[in-house]
Amino acid sequence: MANFIDRRLNSKNKSTVNRQRFLRRYKNQIKKSVADAINQRGVTDIDSGENIVIPKRDLSEPFFHQGDGGIKDRVHPGNDQFTTGDQIPRPPKQQGQGGGPGDASDSGEGEDEFTFSISKEEYLNLLFEDLELPNLEKNQLDKLIEYKTVRSGFCAQGMPSNIDIVKSLQGSIARRIAMSSSKRKKLKKLEQELLLLNNDKHDHIQQERELTSEIKTLKAKIAKIPFIDTFDLRFRNFAKQAVPTSKAVMFCLMDVSGSMDQATKEMAKRFYILLYLFLSRTYKNIDVVYIRHHTQAKEVDEHEFFYSQETGGTIASSAIELMNDIICERYSDSQWNIYGAQASDGDNWADDSPRCQALLEQKILPKSRYFSYIEITQRAHQTLWKHYLQVEASHTNFAMQHIKSVADIYPVFRELFKKSTRTVA
Amino acid sequence: MTNNDNEAIQKITTTPLDDTPDWTFELLGQYQQEIARVADFYRLDTYSNQIEVITAEQMMDAYASVGMPIGYSHWTFGKKFIQTEQNYQRGQMGLAYEIVINSSPCISYLMEENTLTMQALVMAHACYGHNSFFKGNYLFKSWTDASSIIDYLLFAKNYISQCEQKYGISDVEATLDACHALMSHGVDRYKRPQKISLDEELKRQTERAEYLQSQVNALWRTVPKKKQPANEHKYKFPKEPQENILYFIEKNAPLLEPWQREIVRIVRKISQYFYPQKQTQVMNEGWACFWHYTILNHLYDEGLVTDKFMLEFLHSHTDVVAQPDYNSKSYSGINPYALGFKMFIDIRRICEHPTEEDKEYFPEIAGSNWLDTLHFAMENFKDESFISQYLSPKLIRDFKLFHIHDNSDNNYVEIGAIHNEQGYKKVRQNLANQYNLSNIEVNIQIVDANIDGDRALTLRYTPHNGVELGKSKDEVLKHLHYLWHFDVKIIQESQSGEDKIIARCPQKNKDD
Repeated sequence: MANFIDRRLNSKNKSTVNRQRFLRRYKNQIKKSVADAINQRGVTDIDSGENIVIPKRDLSEPFFHQGDGGIKDRVHPGNDQFTTGDQIPRPPKQQGQGGGPGDASDSGEGEDEFTFSISKEEYLNLLFEDLELPNLEKNQLDKLIEYKTVRSGFCAQGMPSNIDIVKSLQGSIARRIAMSSSKRKKLKKLEQELLLLNNDKHDHIQQERELTSEIKTLKAKIAKIPFIDTFDLRFRNFAKQAVPTSKAVMFCLMDVSGSMDQATKEMAKRFYILLYLFLSRTYKNIDVVYIRHHTQAKEVDEHEFFYSQETGGTIASSAIELMNDIICERYSDSQWNIYGAQASDGDNWADDSPRCQALLEQKILPKSRYFSYIEITQRAHQTLWKHYLQVEASHTNFAMQHIKSVADIYPVFRELFKKSTRTVA
Repeated sequence: MTNNDNEAIQKITTTPLDDTPDWTFELLGQYQQEIARVADFYRLDTYSNQIEVITAEQMMDAYASVGMPIGYSHWTFGKKFIQTEQNYQRGQMGLAYEIVINSSPCISYLMEENTLTMQALVMAHACYGHNSFFKGNYLFKSWTDASSIIDYLLFAKNYISQCEQKYGISDVEATLDACHALMSHGVDRYKRPQKISLDEELKRQTERAEYLQSQVNALWRTVPKKKQPANEHKYKFPKEPQENILYFIEKNAPLLEPWQREIVRIVRKISQYFYPQKQTQVMNEGWACFWHYTILNHLYDEGLVTDKFMLEFLHSHTDVVAQPDYNSKSYSGINPYALGFKMFIDIRRICEHPTEEDKEYFPEIAGSNWLDTLHFAMENFKDESFISQYLSPKLIRDFKLFHIHDNSDNNYVEIGAIHNEQGYKKVRQNLANQYNLSNIEVNIQIVDANIDGDRALTLRYTPHNGVELGKSKDEVLKHLHYLWHFDVKIIQESQSGEDKIIARCPQKNKDD
């Protein structure tokens, strides 16, 4: 006796729970791996998941087993050269089966690494765990509302340009039929009477005359009903629908003067990647505007932003000014969530720093959701940092951090965007 | 039923079954019917079959849960799934063609990717080979209850998920981790276990939970007094060394919550369910291979399957029972399929066409009815005894088996025996020992629980042939400590005859 059961259509992912348990269990290792991975990424591949590497040793489940030493007797197949009593130098310790390229570890034993992929979603969740969107609560209070016009039926009043001809003419026909129906009924009756009289053998001249004149008046009355009336007119109606905006623009400001070397720029780049990833979790459409500056600011594309070298002095305010111009021109703060991220090595022309502070406080910060400043330098802080400190003290949507090496970026990013416990009134 | 088995199977001219590569349920049914008929002809007694067609992904699921059709949730299964998936996707391994579960009805999984030939092979192999082994072999008969395992697994899954909701995932996970570490020490080797049945299990569970609750209350009533352990042996507890560590924990760990005891029990029961499989791998696979080979050849002789079918079948079969030599790259120990299959084939040969040598080595089976002999062997042996009973000199020569004696005191290894007249018995004995569970698994027993004092638990490791306890002992001990809550230590008799502590948890200063 046998039953066949087709299980192929059963729900998939039976082991999803177990997978989640696994990720949960090794969260710390996986997070570390994710943090390492972000340093290796280019801006362009944010859409992929990530390979996670965990040392196998961390994953093994212990059990009592036999170790070294003692006497071991084994039987093997395929004897091709041995006879009883042969003594053979002990072969090197077997590395189990498989023999894949294992990394030698410091513990002396060969050790494979356990590598597996996580999806983009899992990756981002891990990356942004404990982080919240800056000012999220405030955002929801004064959420940017964008209105979208949608068709919503027809109405009797409106602008001539919105007249719907078909609907209006349908109304016209209906009105004419309604207004003339009693008259036409009467007309029909009179015409029949007239026909009867005409066919009658006797003459009814008087009556015929009366009927004919009555018919004539009726016909005239019917003809007098207007073909179209203002009552008939129908206009297309539009209503405004509130749509919370999902648009954000992210301004990347970077100093590209001679003092910024490629390594510093790479660090800044990673910071921008993180910010972009972070924003893309919340906003559907994100525009990125790259503004680089030395003594003058210029809007450039991504490649030029990161890889072209300029020399010269530094006037940071030029970039902030350009950012403001671009906002006014293209990204009205009533429609866009504006984020700014400025990276610099701290060099600035001393007299320019107060101007940066003023620009930020007066023009940029009132319009922005968040503005962050990172200083990538090994040296002491200069004037820009000091002025920005004042900004930070008085504004909640401004943050600044100091980065020394690549490894700092991720913690600093977390620091910048960590879930704030303070409640925003 | 008596058969004249030596009678050649008559060649009947019949229209062969369809041999298109693509299978349909109708064709599977036809093949299954023919295979069942032949299996019956050879007296294979089976549980009824439930054959489930699944996808590759579902097969990986089944892999991950070590063949338990219903498994509780635990990260280790997630890890196994990821590993399997990775290996499969990289092409480092193919998936098994089938998985079969020792249950009644016997559940076998067929993968949808298999060709019709492969499905027929798998049905003969799993649904009649393994199935009859599960039903017939003495170890399975006495250690497992096929009719209740599915219910029990379901109970376990639900119970554990309830615990997770009540007590939190982390605590349940920690308990399970600890139990898994001791899983191979959850069986009484020399006692027959009670069979597990769901109804009893449920009844017993409520009863015990109530009882334990009452115990707890009693403890509270006597708070001012010193806590009295349930057991009253003042000097020596346990009286006898306990090899079933999980059982001891379940019954005696002083601070375990009732639900934790139940989880210990669940892991112990599942471990017990897999216990016979560990000891009969060679026989079980050999038996299944022997029968898929014999049944499909029988069908071929009857003209029911075509040459094309046979060629594909033989190709797969040969792969499965291949044994690489010791110096081959793909060598990873003795292939249980190869050894088991060749042994059963060889027993049939000894019965049907014995040589002088066979008559000398196997006087009792040479020339006997092969089918009776095979059934007897299947029913009454496990790998160790099966090999020591039936491994013939001819097979030792065919496999060119040789024995290596490795004493860590020497800087060389020595060839102990090879496939010659003087070596047969020694090779056979050593190969059999290789499958003796007590040689493979470490001998570690609970010798003392200090119930009147600090409640420290002492385990004794008795080395086999002087082999040390593996490095992970400290990690395992941490898990044991998690369950026991008080000090645990492992002692081992040193060469001078004194007991020496080789591991302890929590770690203490050396001077104690």
